[in-house]
Amino acid sequence: MGYVAVKGGTIAIEESIKKLKYERLKSKKILNVEDIRGGMRGLIDQVMSESSLYSEELAAIAIKQTEGNSEEAVFVLRAYRSTLPRKHYTKIVDTANMSVERRISASFKDIIGGQILGASYDYTHRLIDFDLANETIEEALNWVREFETQDIDKEGNTELGKLPKVVDYLRKEGLIQNCEDDNKQPSDITKKSLEFPSQRSERLQILTRGQTGAVTSLGYAALRAYGSTHPTVGELRVGKLDLYINNPLYSSDDEEEDFYIGDISVTEVESFIPNMVKKKQGKKELEFVIGYGICYGQNETKAIAMSILDHCLETPDDRYPTSNEEFVLYHIDSVESTGFISHLKLPHYVTFQSKLDSVRKTRKEK
Amino acid sequence: MKISYNFAFFDEGSKREIRRASLKAVAIPGYQVPFASREMPIARGWGTGGLQLTLSLIGREDILKVIDQGSDESVNAINIKKIISKTTGVKLTDETNIATLIQSRHRIPELPLNEAQILVLQVPVPEPLRVVEPSEFITKRLHSEMEYSGAWLMLFEEIMKYGNMATGADHPVYVNDRYVMAPSPIPRFDNPKLNYSKALILFGAGREKKIYAIPPYTKVVSLAFDDYPFEVENFGDKSCKICGARGVYLDEIIDEEKGDTFYQCSDTSFCINRLNKVAIDEGGEA
Repeated sequence: MGYVAVKGGTIAIEESIKKLKYERLKSKKILNVEDIRGGMRGLIDQVMSESSLYSEELAAIAIKQTEGNSEEAVFVLRAYRSTLPRKHYTKIVDTANMSVERRISASFKDIIGGQILGASYDYTHRLIDFDLANETIEEALNWVREFETQDIDKEGNTELGKLPKVVDYLRKEGLIQNCEDDNKQPSDITKKSLEFPSQRSERLQILTRGQTGAVTSLGYAALRAYGSTHPTVGELRVGKLDLYINNPLYSSDDEEEDFYIGDISVTEVESFIPNMVKKKQGKKELEFVIGYGICYGQNETKAIAMSILDHCLETPDDRYPTSNEEFVLYHIDSVESTGFISHLKLPHYVTFQSKLDSVRKTRKEK
Repeated sequence: MKISYNFAFFDEGSKREIRRASLKAVAIPGYQVPFASREMPIARGWGTGGLQLTLSLIGREDILKVIDQGSDESVNAINIKKIISKTTGVKLTDETNIATLIQSRHRIPELPLNEAQILVLQVPVPEPLRVVEPSEFITKRLHSEMEYSGAWLMLFEEIMKYGNMATGADHPVYVNDRYVMAPSPIPRFDNPKLNYSKALILFGAGREKKIYAIPPYTKVVSLAFDDYPFEVENFGDKSCKICGARGVYLDEIIDEEKGDTFYQCSDTSFCINRLNKVAIDEGGEA
């Protein structure tokens, strides 16, 4: 007794960190990074999206390091991201040129190019597949070989890199406003901190980096009761986008000179939302506006929720917190929310002592 | 895949950007300068604002001290010391008087600081008006118009309800007769140390992305009324059980075995130094 908490913290902390490593290894199994990369697509996509760093390999290492704890994995990647200088910016990407793997519309049954179901959990029964407990690599390889060699019905013959956008149809009809491409440099909230009122590019950036659960919850709140939005998914696409940068050796306007640096896999959602517009002489008309969502990897719920929140913030309705940009944008970041909540575990001896003093004083003097 | 980090973690461009915001903060005492706060290897809310300031300022010659609520050995202090030492290799110390750079969570050391030192404080909530106004857009306007009735009303209401100002740590201050500022939750006991401080005091709020400053020799006044003056925490005649110090900030500790209460210096380095001094005075080895 006597020497409470004056010394000894360092050793205790080192031991705690050792214990953490032991927890990861005590079952005497090592998780292979390649296995994580191969079999945990959903988690990798989510982690890459929330950390806004596109690297399957780094995401897999982070997941291994943090024992599959997504908030910690995102944290590790974000901290690493802080040390990376920006060497190049990619050229503008047009998602109409996405090489599509999945594409559905809830607005129209027949869309040009057709509905492409691709890979989705939507059509599965969520029953535990007990056979997976004993899956062997031979079985898996056989299945893959068979799947890859099966005859593909060539009848459709659609070019998957040039599918028209569903929204173009509504544009032609005049039901959605035609607007010019806004190709000015977006502001980047990681280079300049957010100030209000915010710009749309900043809002979209924060939403796409948002914690999946937080974006989903607020999108749900807006949809259920705390927002005036009921969107229809005009088009949901999952696929790959090619990325190019300007020739880094000398400047050139020739597109042929651009450098291809790889592709990223994304989910993109365009939601159609009816909107009233006031015309001349007090006449009112309805038209559709778009709520936009996009995120790394395949994360359809997040992308749809993002499209809802994008609309809530674009056309705010003062009655609802989901339209309050500070409320939404300040509270959905994984690193910020988990960090501040977890700081409550830090010692508050001094600050609490100060509050104790105040509380005692009010008791005494009353 | 092997990756090594730059000196002080950040790339040089990032450090320069943070220093530029700090210079602006020094030029406008008490004003919260927005900056592009980076994600750090420690959690938001665990001192990332302070850490970014420290990393942007630190040079190879610096001697660093980090304290958490007064203690050199508390989890947060160790954590921060480790990351800075790992990425810079600078000398670390517990001694307040030999440190050139001191990062602290919620305490100003008992030993007075000098002109050659910089104190970096970690700030969870930089906005003193946040309790009365949740919107950042509006609080920014209130500051620009010097519209501080919200802060005064908050104190007034406490007097009406409790008979005196019942703020704990983070009692708001007026800086240079212009900005009302949150002194980060330092106890009221430390507020007077801000006034005409010889050392530069920088405040970093990582999660809220703000930097602000009290330059050396700046007037800092704790908000109070003529008939209800500002009061620091009162420990009465209590003294530190270990070193016997009075008139310092004390932690209240409950004896596990006997169940009674005793007190101990919150500033552990101050406490140990006093003990060593006593040991030397008594002729023993320090």
